[in-house]
Amino acid sequence: MKDSGKIISRREFLKRSGAGAAALGLAAAGCTSGKEQELPEGTGGMTLRTSPTTGDKVSLLGYGCMRWPMTTDGDGNEIIDQEQVNRLVDKALASGVNYYDTSPVYCQGQSEKATAIALSGHPRDSYFLATKLSNFSNWSRENSILMYRKSLENLMTDYIDYYLLHSVGNGGKEHFIARYEENGMIDFLMKEREAGRIRNLGFSFHGNKESFDYVLGLHEKVHWDFVQIQMNYVDWRHAASRNVDAEYLYAELSSRGIPAVIMEPLLGGRLSNVPEYIADRLKERDPYSSVASWAFRFAGTFPDVLTVLSGMTYMEHLDENIRTYSPLRPLTEDDLGFLEETAVLMMQYPAVPCNDCKYCMPCPYGIDIPAVLLHYNKCVNEGNIAQNPGSEDYRRARRAYLVSYDRAVEKVRQADHCIGCKQCIPHCPQSIDIPHELHRIARYVEKLKRSV
Amino acid sequence: MQEKRKLVFLHEKVHSSNRLTDVMLRKTRIILAAIAFTLITMLFLDFTGSLHRWFGWLAKIQFLPAVLAMNFAVVSILVILTLLCGRVYCSVICPLGVMQDIISWAHGRAKKKNRFRFSWSPAKNWLRYGMLAIFIAVAAAGLMSIAALIAPYSAYGRIAGSFLAPIWQWGNNLLAWFAGRVDSYAFYSTDVWMKSLPTFIIAAMTLIVIFILAWKNGRTWCNTICPVGTVLGFLSRFSLFKPVIDTEKCRNCGLCGRHCKASCINMKEHEIDYSRCVACFDCLDTCREGAISWSPVWKKKNSSKVQSRDALTGNDDVISHDSAHAGPCADNGRRTFIASAAMALTAATVKAQEMKVDGGLAAIQDKKAPRRMTPLKPAGSVSLKNFSEHCTACQLCVSVCPNQVLRPSGNLMTLMQPEMSFERGWCRPECTKCSEVCPSGPIRPVTVEEKSSIQIGHAVVIYENCVVNSDGVSCGNCARHCPSGAIRMVHSIPGDKSSLMIPTVVEERCIGCGACENLCPARPFSAIYVEGHEVHKRI
Repeated sequence: MKDSGKIISRREFLKRSGAGAAALGLAAAGCTSGKEQELPEGTGGMTLRTSPTTGDKVSLLGYGCMRWPMTTDGDGNEIIDQEQVNRLVDKALASGVNYYDTSPVYCQGQSEKATAIALSGHPRDSYFLATKLSNFSNWSRENSILMYRKSLENLMTDYIDYYLLHSVGNGGKEHFIARYEENGMIDFLMKEREAGRIRNLGFSFHGNKESFDYVLGLHEKVHWDFVQIQMNYVDWRHAASRNVDAEYLYAELSSRGIPAVIMEPLLGGRLSNVPEYIADRLKERDPYSSVASWAFRFAGTFPDVLTVLSGMTYMEHLDENIRTYSPLRPLTEDDLGFLEETAVLMMQYPAVPCNDCKYCMPCPYGIDIPAVLLHYNKCVNEGNIAQNPGSEDYRRARRAYLVSYDRAVEKVRQADHCIGCKQCIPHCPQSIDIPHELHRIARYVEKLKRSV
Repeated sequence: MQEKRKLVFLHEKVHSSNRLTDVMLRKTRIILAAIAFTLITMLFLDFTGSLHRWFGWLAKIQFLPAVLAMNFAVVSILVILTLLCGRVYCSVICPLGVMQDIISWAHGRAKKKNRFRFSWSPAKNWLRYGMLAIFIAVAAAGLMSIAALIAPYSAYGRIAGSFLAPIWQWGNNLLAWFAGRVDSYAFYSTDVWMKSLPTFIIAAMTLIVIFILAWKNGRTWCNTICPVGTVLGFLSRFSLFKPVIDTEKCRNCGLCGRHCKASCINMKEHEIDYSRCVACFDCLDTCREGAISWSPVWKKKNSSKVQSRDALTGNDDVISHDSAHAGPCADNGRRTFIASAAMALTAATVKAQEMKVDGGLAAIQDKKAPRRMTPLKPAGSVSLKNFSEHCTACQLCVSVCPNQVLRPSGNLMTLMQPEMSFERGWCRPECTKCSEVCPSGPIRPVTVEEKSSIQIGHAVVIYENCVVNSDGVSCGNCARHCPSGAIRMVHSIPGDKSSLMIPTVVEERCIGCGACENLCPARPFSAIYVEGHEVHKRI
């Protein structure tokens, strides 16, 4: 039995490497169009994509600077662990990662500076800087311009390679008009682009179809150089709540020749930390690949994708993603079908679609929203959600949930303290009804506590 | 030469067989005391409350709690035990007594000479009977909390709860931290906090006084101040089995007297004061001649009045000597205590963080306890009167309360007796731990079902504090978590369906559990708090 298993896996392996070679051929064919450059397998070089507007050769793996490692300073304040960031950036650059995506609001406002410091030891033309106009709370023209200039200052540069209107679609079309059109910011930024201080102008999108269509409709006037969208094998056809399926977004961009920058390829880790059953399924198909690599290969397989952003906090994540894209092994039609089936299966688990972006934070009443939701998801994945007090597993699952809950979230920051003021809802790019989910979790915890 | 050696050998053999029973008695006492002491201490340390299922009875067989609980069975068993065997209660069951033995033993460990540091002193009858009279008078006046200051079991409970429990909990938290690292749920972290400053001070002073007394003169406390010791001492005069000196065998070496931690062996007269003897059997073990045996009264040997060889010069002035020392030391203890209390308090406050752009946590102010007109007592207390009359302030309920609701009172009239407050948690409906562990009757046993229908107080809304008014947001967290549906949300502007909702209390349904007060977002004072009832009623 053992032997036959071995033979099958070897045969499987040979078959698959054949498929990989075929895909490589396909990619090489794409290269003739000048869109894609693929280094031959074995050299281990990072796959690069070319921007049609500026001709930038961008690494397929982009560095998302939203999840830098944090530490605490002497006064107990959370600060970025700069030493660690320097090491990560050095390693990334050495491996060909040349796209760094930050924002004035990331990491409690510390990301831009930390990223710039880490990059400052390297020549300015060896990487591309992307940052955003994150004028969420105050979108007056003065404040928005101030924010833009502050970014240049923080990044210690005279030009920004990729500048984005941040989280377009949040709050709908009206919100977009107020934030960027009525205050004349679009015109201002287009002038900056003419002046060369912005090399590519684009927007990042979360929201409904109407606002996407509206903003993309401005292409005639603005000429979007790129658009950042959330794309992964779950969002491809099963976007959460009112968000738009990535299949539609990508097709719309592709038809206009606008390159796509991909965010949330891993759904904030939800596609690496999958329920056990899903992990088994992916591992069975390819024991050599990590669960996360499927998600990265999915995003990279689409030719009009310029770069795939990943917020890599740890060196292991960086190493693994570099391996996945050096070079990319695109997915086959068969693989894509398999991932679509996987996505359908994943939808059956009651996890909350939180990607831990922390846009909802800080909650004015002190709730640690992402920690509560992520803890719940972790328990869903580990099978520690017990519904029936009569079941055999109930006591174990109950203890596991309650003990790990207190460990993950301080008592005064747990879901039962959520008052339902709804101030977090507009901030959530995933359109999660946060108070609803928190109250659901609080009811579940209350039920667990009462069933002694 | 050979023959002489043989004789000596035989002589020793006879003595050793005799001594075997003496050693056995003492060994048995030590083993039983160690077991009882450890388990009772564990009752105060085990915050999960799971140990009470097996050994909770050890708290219920304590003399004073049993008297207060009117547990006639236990009281009569203890009385009979004392009438049979003397004050075995004091040397085995009473944790404060065993603690004194440990302190005294530690002093003896330091130098062999110290083991024989005791000497006969006459009984201070005026003091012990005076203390007993005062104790009874104060307790009868309903000031049990004052009387409890010298109650032995509860004094030990306060010491264990104040000094050992935090160490135990920190140890547990360390294990929980490691468990968290390896994804194990075997240990979970618990809050360590200063529950009451006055109680901590009193526990510290008690510990210092008892430590000094025990270190110098063994069981002084038990024979001068302890009301239980006085009562049992009175009974043990008439006990059936007693240590008896065989004057035939006695060679007047005086070792037994110098080894008696109760200072109750009068070597000059070959007499033992049985009212003060705590039945530790140390003298039996010490006597090289086998002249002391534990025997029934009818076997009592006539003691001839032989002049003792070494007349002992005892330190009669035990009490005044000690109290002179206790003053300055207690003062010093208070100072260190205040410093450590300040440290514990700063550790308890939630780490405040600055408000930042994306991510980060809003600072949370610690809640402050409201001033309640009537204190809150747990379900099962029946009434404030019943509670204050029966509670010895042993802190057992405080140490097992899993929701950090119970803490000792700081009010002078009910000092150290537990009361409820909801800054750290609320009185959860599935928990009846305090009523399960209470040994003396202030909290009578209730079931979970009974608890849900006992009204210990009712909620009161302070509209100025409510976030609906102060922040203009919708909330309703109190109503959302009310387990008895006593909070109704109504429109803040009557008739205006679009206006925000504010809470109102249906007092008849409210049981006073404090969920609303604990989960109210208003800080530091909640916008809804629970006011206690003097008499608990069923709804």
